[in-house]
Amino acid sequence: MSIEVLPAEISESARAAPRPGRLALIMRNPSVIIGAAIVAFLALVGALAPILGTIDPSEINPAYRNKKPGAERTIRTEDGKELPFVHRFGTDTLGRDVYSRVVYGARVSLIVGLTVAVLSVAVGLTIGLIAGYIRWLDGIIMRVMDGLMAIPAILLAMGVVSLSRAGLLAVVIAIVIPEIPRVVRLVRSIVLSIREEPYVEAAITVGTPTPTLLVRHVLPNTIAPLIVQATFICGSAILIEAALSFLGIGIPPETPTWGNIMAEGRSLFRIYPHNIFYPGVCLAFAVLAINMLGDGLRDTLDPRFAKRV
Amino acid sequence: MFAYVLRRLLATIPVMAIVAILVFLMLRLTPSDPAAIIAGDNANSEQVAEIRTRLGLDQPILTQFVIWTGKTLQGDLGESFFFKKQVAELILDRLEPTVSLAFLTIVLAVLIAVPLGVLAAYRQGTWLDRIVMGFSVLGFSVPVFVIGYALIYVFAIELNWLPVQGYQRLSLGVAGWLQRLILPSLTLSVVLIALIARITRTSVLEVMNEDYIRTARAKGQTEGRVLRRHALANAAVPIVTVIGLGVAALIGGVVVTESVYTIPGLGRLTVDAVLARDYPTIQAVILLFSLAYVLINLVVDMTYTFFDPRIRY
Amino acid sequence: MGYLRQSVLALAAAIGLAVPAHAEKTLRAVMHSDLKILDPIWTTAYIVRNHGYMIYDTLFATDANGEIKPQMVGNYEVSADKLTHTFTLRDGLAWHDGQPVTAEDCVASIKRWAVKDSTGQKLMTFVDSIEAKDPKTFVMKLKSPTGLVLLGLGKPSSNVPFIMPKRVAETDPNTQISDFTGSGPFVFKQDEWKPGDKTVYVKNEKYKPRPEPASGLAGGKVVNIDRVEWRAISDHQQAVNALLAGEIDFIEAPPHDLLPLGLADANVKLFDWNPWGNQYTFRPNWLHKPFDNAKVRQALLYAFNQEDFLKAVVGDPKYYKVCNSYFPCGTPFSSEKGMDGLLKSNFQKAQELLKEAGYDGTPIVLMHSTDLAVLTNLAPVAKSLMEKAGFKVDMQSMDWQTLVARRAKKDPPNAGGWHAFLTSWVSADITNPIFMGFMNAGCDKAMFGWPCDATMEKLRDEFAHETDIAKQKAIAEATQVRETQIVTHIPLGQWYLPALMRKNISGMVAAPAPVFWNIQIQ
Repeated sequence: MSIEVLPAEISESARAAPRPGRLALIMRNPSVIIGAAIVAFLALVGALAPILGTIDPSEINPAYRNKKPGAERTIRTEDGKELPFVHRFGTDTLGRDVYSRVVYGARVSLIVGLTVAVLSVAVGLTIGLIAGYIRWLDGIIMRVMDGLMAIPAILLAMGVVSLSRAGLLAVVIAIVIPEIPRVVRLVRSIVLSIREEPYVEAAITVGTPTPTLLVRHVLPNTIAPLIVQATFICGSAILIEAALSFLGIGIPPETPTWGNIMAEGRSLFRIYPHNIFYPGVCLAFAVLAINMLGDGLRDTLDPRFAKRV
Repeated sequence: MFAYVLRRLLATIPVMAIVAILVFLMLRLTPSDPAAIIAGDNANSEQVAEIRTRLGLDQPILTQFVIWTGKTLQGDLGESFFFKKQVAELILDRLEPTVSLAFLTIVLAVLIAVPLGVLAAYRQGTWLDRIVMGFSVLGFSVPVFVIGYALIYVFAIELNWLPVQGYQRLSLGVAGWLQRLILPSLTLSVVLIALIARITRTSVLEVMNEDYIRTARAKGQTEGRVLRRHALANAAVPIVTVIGLGVAALIGGVVVTESVYTIPGLGRLTVDAVLARDYPTIQAVILLFSLAYVLINLVVDMTYTFFDPRIRY
Repeated sequence: MGYLRQSVLALAAAIGLAVPAHAEKTLRAVMHSDLKILDPIWTTAYIVRNHGYMIYDTLFATDANGEIKPQMVGNYEVSADKLTHTFTLRDGLAWHDGQPVTAEDCVASIKRWAVKDSTGQKLMTFVDSIEAKDPKTFVMKLKSPTGLVLLGLGKPSSNVPFIMPKRVAETDPNTQISDFTGSGPFVFKQDEWKPGDKTVYVKNEKYKPRPEPASGLAGGKVVNIDRVEWRAISDHQQAVNALLAGEIDFIEAPPHDLLPLGLADANVKLFDWNPWGNQYTFRPNWLHKPFDNAKVRQALLYAFNQEDFLKAVVGDPKYYKVCNSYFPCGTPFSSEKGMDGLLKSNFQKAQELLKEAGYDGTPIVLMHSTDLAVLTNLAPVAKSLMEKAGFKVDMQSMDWQTLVARRAKKDPPNAGGWHAFLTSWVSADITNPIFMGFMNAGCDKAMFGWPCDATMEKLRDEFAHETDIAKQKAIAEATQVRETQIVTHIPLGQWYLPALMRKNISGMVAAPAPVFWNIQIQ
């Protein structure tokens, strides 16, 4: 939700292409540094999941169901050796190792966030450019976008998920669709304001072809606000994925995502709080970091707005 | 003003039409078959086919859409596939809990968030400001159901102050109604509080630098009066705007919160209907939520004139 | 301040007035599901069956020992040639609207039930005519003798032949009824029915119970409470929390993992109202490769073992039992005949069978339902056991409703169809070869999975014709032996799900369905 208020305000002011030295400025912002560090750490954890002392996150072991954190057991390796293994975060109702699931969950949850952010920005940018540039399509596109905006995101996502077999892709699409109109609006407003700039008018009069115009003059101006927007979308996508899992209509439960682990653990949260606690902390940390990153980026990429927040 | 309202109302028509088309298409493309679900375990394929015919699901999609649109425009939302009740009746039944929850949430959020935001702005840069801002980022970052479970654990189970779940109709007494709604609305308001506190702080900060504040201070008015009369009054427009936008988050949150607290409202109706593929109910509920969203934002725009006399339509 | 206190007191008084003057005894129960459909003949859903037992009565009923006893029937006679059955209703039976229950009501109800219910359909193939002789007597004439008359009319679980007024029973069986007048021990409060919130029943003051003590679903249905409310709480954890807080009194089906939490409280106890329990079942689809081959299906019988499933889903051995029989242990036809060496996870034998059958590695589309706690863990266990036996498994997750829709489809598995899924049956539903729906091997007429085997159908037919219990048992055993050769489905063990309730609730009857007569609140 943090996203919704911001685009219009950003668009007013973030027209100028990044000046030199802005990168240095970004690097000096504490929220950016802290946020980026946490996100990078979690991404690293996800990427290195197999070598972080994990076992197969979907390996079911009925004999080791619902064990508290710290429970020990022996596992048999493929060459027949027996090794002691500690369930650092305990096990869930199927006897799967919660630590492994949380570590692998970082992967899926961050991929969901990132994919949703990239996809919705890409699609939104395309539609937004079209709407801003092709006058006769503008009305139709914007009415459809208004319609999409009016449907509460979670209801829309629930509908889309029920369209197809629940899977990673379906969930990603379900979260992307409600985000698109917000990106479209942002891009369109930037395009519309840029069209009025004298240098763009000049370019039009000398007969610069539209594609060149878009690539050379319009696109650069959308980058900064879109990066900020994408960051917030990423954060909210991770949350929506968790909410969908909670409602029982998310990614299939054998795929570990933080939302899934919590959704499965919630019916036992009083007896075995570890199922909710560990993924919950990770999720909150990740989204918090992403939001901090977004705040920081906005502050630096958009100094006028930064003064206000 | 009247002409503006009329124009805005008319503008909602195409939006709602698009919502209707989107929702309808979305549902009809699902692979699942409500007829098979209704028919139950022991039904054979003829019985399923018969139910499909009775529900009109064997008609071409376009025909189904025309029939449904026609009926909806006449105010006939149809009969639920599952509940053996009119959808309109189901929705009316569920309206009170959801409206109560949403209303109390907004009230709670404004009562908590606005003072917090003002305080943070007034003490800009201090630890108080940082705590409020930190909380507001955190508020966006924790899933609603986790907040819900945490609150239940502390206030209902450990301290035993409030009921664990349920809803009591307003007609049975305000006390019981309020008692059961406190935890759900607190849960739901966290995101809104974060949002409103942030925007309040920003708006107040901006206003504080204006000349008239300096004038007011120079005139020797107390700080409290400056804050209330000048700063807050002028910060009202963005705050109201954010409440309007917050309605979307609120609706999403309602679905989850009602599931956590077993509140028989529209949110749970939606989840039940989606899981049961109850098309008429899903369509009606999504239309209703969308209409509420559009209308609330219209009302929000209207209130601008109240808070800021300079705005005229 | 004084004024405020006064208003609060006034408000409290106003609230107090809303409560009835005498202490009404209300039982607040959370059932396994919300009640959305109200016609127990039209659907087999258990929650609707439970609703049926609240407001309707039955002609016969199954008692605690599995014997069928008269309930609404006072006198029952069979002619010497076993072809004419005469039923006379007992005195004092009345509908909730005060009208007497007549033989014509019963005839119409049996006819409607027999259209929908599989046992009823089978019974009707023997029936020549059913007619009312006088207001209290009706006669059933058969073409040939069958044991299905009592088995059918005393059927304990879905669909139960509930007796409805004639005007209601004349509703087309494929249309839901809209008049909920019954003659049972409770009256349905239609005005208070809020699907997704609560369902309310009040005591039927006019109900005349039989003189015998209640036993199973038979005997006197004495109601000691004024009101029963079924509350819809979909979150199990919250239901248990509410029970501990005293906001509700009874949870029909709490997940096993939550039982310790309930039992830790001094005010809460367990009661297993369904002593026969339930049976987990694996169902392959005969229509598609490789399960069109009996050897491949047999490989499953060798690969599986019940303990792994039961441990993963139920956990605590207190609540499950390995039962090497198609007919649930504890029921009359249960037997281990022909089951030697099966369900022991003999992967070597399973691999051999797959090799013989020429299994080419086609991935098995295994449907996994994720929203029902008592089923969620089954498919992952099946997957891991099948993989050890040499199957390739494509486990696809979906909610139960989607699974229900998809299992009705005959399409190839890679085009929206399926290969296998797992479910659970209430033991009372599968106590003999006729009740057991998955044993029906009537090809297109069989349930989803569409097994097709003439020998099995012949055995089931013989069972229906047999009226002698000992001979019935022999036939039932023969169907089980046939099962091990053709494998229409695989039993994966018996499990029990006791109810949690407040300690002040007593007197609940043990029966295949949760019923609320005989219950007392202290």
